[in-house]
Amino acid sequence: MSVSRTLLALLEPGPRHGYDLKRAYDEQFAQGKQLAYGQVYSTLSRLLRNGLVEEAGVEHGAGPDRKRYTITDAGVTDIETWLGTAESPEPYLQNTLYTKVVLALLSGRSAQDVLDTQRSAHLAVMRDLTRRKADGDLADQLICDHALFHLEADLRWLELTAARLDALAEVVRS
Amino acid sequence: MTEPLLAGRGLHKAFGPTEALRGADVAVRAGEVLAVMGPSGSGKSTLLHCLAGIVRPDSGSISYQGRDLAAMSDGERSALRRTDFGFVFQFGQLVPELTCLENVALPLRLGGAKRKPAEARAQRWLERLEVGDLGARRPGDVSGGQGQRVAVARALVADPKVIFADEPTGALDSLNGEKVMRLLTEAARGSGAAVVLVTHEPRVAAHSDREIVVRDGRVNDLELAA
Repeated sequence: MSVSRTLLALLEPGPRHGYDLKRAYDEQFAQGKQLAYGQVYSTLSRLLRNGLVEEAGVEHGAGPDRKRYTITDAGVTDIETWLGTAESPEPYLQNTLYTKVVLALLSGRSAQDVLDTQRSAHLAVMRDLTRRKADGDLADQLICDHALFHLEADLRWLELTAARLDALAEVVRS
Repeated sequence: MTEPLLAGRGLHKAFGPTEALRGADVAVRAGEVLAVMGPSGSGKSTLLHCLAGIVRPDSGSISYQGRDLAAMSDGERSALRRTDFGFVFQFGQLVPELTCLENVALPLRLGGAKRKPAEARAQRWLERLEVGDLGARRPGDVSGGQGQRVAVARALVADPKVIFADEPTGALDSLNGEKVMRLLTEAARGSGAAVVLVTHEPRVAAHSDREIVVRDGRVNDLELAA
């Protein structure tokens, strides 16, 4: 996910200072991986340099003064373009798992074991996500569902490959 | 390891020339949700039918609470299915002529309970499955998802030790399937019942505590060997 574009889009409703921006990001998108302050400020400097945000005064409070940032017209255009562009669907044409299965077949090891090990690992993660969904709010449910559907796709491939192992063995050994 | 609640060992079953089970070992512990996975035609449903005492295996043994299921008479196995087991299938398990409430009360009535207490208990289960307002309707007048929740209520109403669920969400869309699975597993865990869940869908299996995979009628459950 583009942290830079996400921070930029979070500035669209109104100016914020870096700490506020980090908090907004962590609340909505962190999923257990909070942003480091350093990353927030280095991202803001880059956005500033590229003309996508500008400084909007200094906030005086009990602590140190804090710079506020606002999105520019160029920043709004960038976000509009980004939101309007489809994410590239990943075809995963050559993945590690396929390589492992072929190497297992070539070396006379059990490709079925490779697939079984992977299935257990996938299902373990799917169980965690399913539990997280049960305890979570709607945002959690949607994010977990996205991950679950992707893992399910992998598992369907594992089953299909398991059903085709004999044929694959003939091809790779010929 | 303590003796499992339900265990099948060396199960073989053929239908004519077709060998559905060719050596299946499986153990179900009290209160666990066990997913039985595998491709179509791998023998998943036959395994479930054997474990539930619906089908008698050609060879091998099935023990439930230490008793040999294969050695019981048909009558004894029927009684066991009524008192200790609950069932949820993919289609058509509700009696169309009865209301949803009467359907849920049915296992209790067959066990000799009087109508009023049976229906009061059935109503509580319908409410737990979030279909408390459907009691007076007949199965034909409710949606697929609602019907499956009624079926889950019926499977649980008599406090079974084991629920056998064969593709319980197979005819439902993702959202309804999800809801039925959540309610089924929550209710089973809440009442301490084990669930034997046959499914080929990974997202359904993700509601389980662990999984076994049946391939070509064979399964080797590591829990049994432990």
